[in-house]
Amino acid sequence: MLSVRDLHVAVLGKEILHGIDVEVGAGEVHAVMGPNGSGKSTLAQVLAGHPGYTVTRGLARFAGKDLLAMPPEERAREGVFLAFQYPVEIPGVTNAEFLRASVNAVRRHRGLDELDAIDFLALLKQKMADLEMDPSFMRRALNEGFSGGEKKRNEVLQMALLEPRLALLDETDSGLDIDALRTVAAGINRLRRPDNAIVLVTHYQRLLGYVEPDRVHVLAGGRIVRSGDKQLALELEARGYEWLEAEAARP
Amino acid sequence: MTDTTKTITDLTARAYPYGFVTPVEADTAPPGLDEDIIRLISSKKGEPAFMLDWRLRAYRHWLGMEREAGEPRWANVSYPPIDYQSIVYYSAPKRKVAASLEDIDPEILRTFEKLGIPLDEQKRLSGVAVDAVFDSVSVATTFKEKLAELGIIFCSFSEAVREHPDLVKKYLGSVVPQTDNFFAALNSAVFSDGSFCYVPKGVRCPMELSTYFRMNSAGTGQFERTLIVADEGSTVSYLEGCTAPMRDENQLHAAVVELVALEGAYIKYSTVQNWYAGDAEGRGGVFNFVTKRGKCAGARSRISWTQVETGSAITWKYPSVLLVGDESIGEFYSVALTGHRQQADTGTKMIHIGRNTRSTIVSKGISAGHGNNTYRGLVKVMPRAVNARNYTQCDSMLLGKECGAHTFPYIEVANSSAVVEHEASTRKISEDQLFYCKQRGLSSEDAVSMIVNGFCKEVFRNLPMEFAVEATRLLAVSLEGSVG
Repeated sequence: MLSVRDLHVAVLGKEILHGIDVEVGAGEVHAVMGPNGSGKSTLAQVLAGHPGYTVTRGLARFAGKDLLAMPPEERAREGVFLAFQYPVEIPGVTNAEFLRASVNAVRRHRGLDELDAIDFLALLKQKMADLEMDPSFMRRALNEGFSGGEKKRNEVLQMALLEPRLALLDETDSGLDIDALRTVAAGINRLRRPDNAIVLVTHYQRLLGYVEPDRVHVLAGGRIVRSGDKQLALELEARGYEWLEAEAARP
Repeated sequence: MTDTTKTITDLTARAYPYGFVTPVEADTAPPGLDEDIIRLISSKKGEPAFMLDWRLRAYRHWLGMEREAGEPRWANVSYPPIDYQSIVYYSAPKRKVAASLEDIDPEILRTFEKLGIPLDEQKRLSGVAVDAVFDSVSVATTFKEKLAELGIIFCSFSEAVREHPDLVKKYLGSVVPQTDNFFAALNSAVFSDGSFCYVPKGVRCPMELSTYFRMNSAGTGQFERTLIVADEGSTVSYLEGCTAPMRDENQLHAAVVELVALEGAYIKYSTVQNWYAGDAEGRGGVFNFVTKRGKCAGARSRISWTQVETGSAITWKYPSVLLVGDESIGEFYSVALTGHRQQADTGTKMIHIGRNTRSTIVSKGISAGHGNNTYRGLVKVMPRAVNARNYTQCDSMLLGKECGAHTFPYIEVANSSAVVEHEASTRKISEDQLFYCKQRGLSSEDAVSMIVNGFCKEVFRNLPMEFAVEATRLLAVSLEGSVG
């Protein structure tokens, strides 16, 4: 589904990812962990096409296509979804309005009919109920005045509506209380299907207790320093990141 | 170039779909302004003597103003001097005012149909009565008879002068005197046509009334005059739309609109102004120098202005409310978009005179390209205006690096019981907002247009439904041409 080879990424001329290799197969859930500043979020943003980053070397293929050649909106329409660590606010645009425009942009791309307001609202209500979101969210301006937890839940709602083939979740678990974490995890698990892939970028093992990963990668200093199964996450929880960072610093 | 700037630049190549010219035979006066031209206009319209005298008085006053100070220079706009002797002050299609639609030049009917304002019975907009003004004359007014059954007078201004001289005499110039300002004086001297509306006591006008102004002839100024009188306890909602062909030279539009709301009356006046804005280099476009003012003459009356200004090379316009009646309410909701080399200096005046009067001002300025957008507003509380209340919110959005946004709020309070609030903000579309939208599959164009529409929502909410849709579309088109 996703194949990343020797990916080097720079910001303002400074390289921050120094050759990433990752293979994520259909139906798999991968966790990318690592200390602050290790490049986890950068990886997610680059795959989604954030214009602030420059790929200096390497390639990324998604479902057989050259991901890096596509502009961000096309990646989204092809089924790449990024749940943002810091979702932006758009005053005056209601959540429902934004989500419908988004869903229809993706549907058009896939050759499906656009949903009219009535069908869309029915779908939205159902997805919101799944995530235990108050219906008033529909009419509120996108992320405006949302609490941290509400924003994260809203990201998962968007994911549920768009049903991406590749979901990149950038610290979606941070700032959530335990109940919210459980609801969000259930939302992620609902998307876990044989034809989808999920990459969880996370700081803690907490979320992985609810969404069991197939593979765990540890990023430190812009490199993947260790990959393993879910046991690796538990080990990190117990030992911290320092021992791996030390390992990575060695030539 | 950053991603946002690029998108915005691309979007700024404005397409103006209304820029065509209709080939009609016109009865056109020679260019230039003197008393003979004014006599000619007055006689063409078959006006009674009082009207000609009124025009001539205005003209003489204007001459004095022209000799002394000339045009007002305080606005934050710049343009080359206007040669008032090179303008044509009267141009009317030869086959015009007609007993029935069959007598109207089919070219003109087609023009209005192309503009989305079909005039013939089968196609005309339901629920909206339209007065269609083509250059200097009104060519048709729909639903006139139906409205007359309720005692509502809705007709061209010329007809009102002939058929309802008493009402015209009583209210014309009662809100905007002939001597009010340079352009109002000019308009009072040479005004061509426009709409007149009178809603009798206690009548709630059952449909939207609207006037659609179309400039067609080259070198012609448009000087329309609108007067709306809402008698005690009546309600009326009025819409105004405007377009003009694309031309390389500038065209002058100096209109006057007067609203009078008597006790308990409510007038809602909405404008979507889309005169030709000129091209990317600033060639051509309409000079839109307009005086609009309403008077809440009676207690508990209310006047609400909503404007969406996307067109014109230069806009100079301050729809205002004189809050004379106790407990009267004045409102001003505005979206002004300037792209290319457009300049807008627009805002409002809320003059609190009566007791317990309230006013609300919401202004949204969007600047793109090399556009320059200025909000200028006056909130004035007179000594006897006890418990006056004003809330002003003034937001600017900057799209790109070459544009400007300016705010000049004037607040003059002469009664200590007044509460006056002013809030202002300036923002831009961030790279992050744009990326977020794109990551959800939206194109840059759709993203920008959605964000800008969100910014304007509080104003659009106040537009009648048909107009809100039109305004949203217009903004998208304007952004296509203008977000630069």
